[in-house]
Amino acid sequence: MGIPNGPRTWAESKKKRIDTLAASAGRSGRGEGAGDGPGGPATGEAGALKGAEGVSLLAAAWRRLRRNAVFLIGAAIVLVFVALAIIAPWIAPHDPAGRILVDQIRPSNPIPQPQPGFPLGGDSSGRDLLSRLLVGARQTLFVGVMATLGGLSGGVLLGTLAGAFGGPIDSLIMRIVDVMLSIPALLMAFTIAAMFAKPTQWTVIMAIAIVQVPIFARLLRGSMLAQRRSDHVLAARALGVKQAPIVIRHMLPNSFGPVIVQATLVIAGAIIDAAALSFLGLGNPDDRSPEWGQMLGKAQEFFNTFPHLAMWPAACIIVVALGFTLMGESLREALDPKSQR
Amino acid sequence: MGRPQSVPRRTAQAAGEPMLRVEDLSIKFVRRGQEPTIAVDSISFDVQAGQTVGLVGESGCGKSVTALAIMGLLPPRGNRVEGEIHFDGTDLLSLSDKQMRDRRGQELAMVFQDPLSSLNPVVPLGVQVCEVLERHKGMRHGAARRRSAELLDKVGVPDPTRRLDEYPHQLSGGMRQRALIAMALACEPRLLIADEPTTALDVTIQAQILALLKELVTESGTALVMITHDLGVVAGLCDQVNVLYGGRIVERADRFELFARPRHPYTNGLLASIPRLNSPRGQRLKPVPGSVADNIPWQVGCAFSPRCGAASELCRAEAPHLERDEGGAGHEIRCHHPVGRPSESADDARSAQDE
Repeated sequence: MGIPNGPRTWAESKKKRIDTLAASAGRSGRGEGAGDGPGGPATGEAGALKGAEGVSLLAAAWRRLRRNAVFLIGAAIVLVFVALAIIAPWIAPHDPAGRILVDQIRPSNPIPQPQPGFPLGGDSSGRDLLSRLLVGARQTLFVGVMATLGGLSGGVLLGTLAGAFGGPIDSLIMRIVDVMLSIPALLMAFTIAAMFAKPTQWTVIMAIAIVQVPIFARLLRGSMLAQRRSDHVLAARALGVKQAPIVIRHMLPNSFGPVIVQATLVIAGAIIDAAALSFLGLGNPDDRSPEWGQMLGKAQEFFNTFPHLAMWPAACIIVVALGFTLMGESLREALDPKSQR
Repeated sequence: MGRPQSVPRRTAQAAGEPMLRVEDLSIKFVRRGQEPTIAVDSISFDVQAGQTVGLVGESGCGKSVTALAIMGLLPPRGNRVEGEIHFDGTDLLSLSDKQMRDRRGQELAMVFQDPLSSLNPVVPLGVQVCEVLERHKGMRHGAARRRSAELLDKVGVPDPTRRLDEYPHQLSGGMRQRALIAMALACEPRLLIADEPTTALDVTIQAQILALLKELVTESGTALVMITHDLGVVAGLCDQVNVLYGGRIVERADRFELFARPRHPYTNGLLASIPRLNSPRGQRLKPVPGSVADNIPWQVGCAFSPRCGAASELCRAEAPHLERDEGGAGHEIRCHHPVGRPSESADDARSAQDE
């Protein structure tokens, strides 16, 4: 009775606690070895509730993930690109907007060849391709992440309303979602992006975010409905807990796992969609700040003669999308309740 | 709503009114285009303060639905509740959702079957216990936390202050159920409903939890409704026992009477099916034949008749009424052919079938 979880896990949990402690940033661990990994160093203050959940959820997932090769590969890819995106302005060998090689361009040879100092050569405007790829990572990742966050917020709001209230509100929201889902995603993104007279990166972000909203809304509503019928929500209601804390404290945090997984997967899709929009000229037209999809679009007229111009940004898009997808898939496995315990 | 709710709290009880009086409670599940399913059919029973009343029966006999109806936790759509549930002089069925919500956790509380799934997995235990105190007692966080630790200590959770920061999955099954009991009793409710509180626990923990419940009930004078399919639990805990079958009470007696002189063939079947340590090796268990699904509606005849060895044409044609048994004090049964002496009961039933 007195010993929780059994001593079998103690030694293991001690090791785990080192990780979780690191995650909880200086919060003092308890001396006794009875706690089992994930929730160990959580706080009890209501104010720190959000933080405590975070530690618990993330720590539990991390415990599983750090031995998962697929996740580590995905995470490594993503981290490399994020790091490159952050430090791009400092490591780019040349100004991505500077037409340094423009004097090499002539009608017989419109694309400057790779040469010392310009390992990938230049583009059709005489700008350094490598520098543009590096700096382009910034823009591309920013658009992907922001579009996903936008879609996530909208979807979480709608899904929460639908799942928490049920009945006519749920029906109304879900019919809207159904209509949005019945239009092919990319087509809808094009339509939304094309509605703006002057495309900027923000119109791209908005177009892709709106397309993601119904996916997140439907996903969250599904798990909210499951939560609504769950035992612990019934138990909380049996204790007289009011509707708002039931939704916010008891239903939402428990419904969030699939949404987090979906978000990582959606980032990959968002990057590809943003590239597609830019490729079709619905993205940011200002090519002084490069973006992979836009580079791809510019490269199409030279595709037969100089395929490398398209290969490089395409490869970057594929690899980054792959990285996010690998992360998302392994996260899905890690958060899957069936693989737990 | 129309019923006056101004009955002063304690006077009702002083006048000998039971803490909980369920009268003619019927619960029907209605679905569009289908005949309503009758889950509970005119059930009546009383629970006095400090008394433990058992609702016993197999899955689907309406025990849990009755509990949820008392708590006002049935889903808002898809069911029809009729009858009266008087709690301390107030008809709970006439209260609004908000009035019910204020009473839940405060005056009425419930402990559920599965202690793991009844706790929120992503919130530390302390937050969940404090939540009740903050909600009903208006306690500040610090005070609620101290009180939570006291409550956990009282229900026998070791090292309670540390447990407050732990997540449900870090606690053992018994400890989770103790924590849930602590939460249910946090505001000293006057009625506690325990819905199979020990089914998910192993036998030793089960005994501890039952002892704890008994102690708390005796100590505080809380009325306890114990829902179970386990006659062992009934024998150890309940003052009064109601045996349910197909949504109706088929036998009601105090616990000594019920075990000494079970009259209804169903109760007999349940008792006969309990494995005994002193029965000869290799002897087969005697189940109640058939399943709950093999029943006929009470409107037609006795719902238990398809599974009953003693059933006659009368049973299939006319439902018996819940009648006072002449022998025992307060013993009531709903049967045309009540069983005689308990020891031969099962054999009687069998031989009746052979004839």
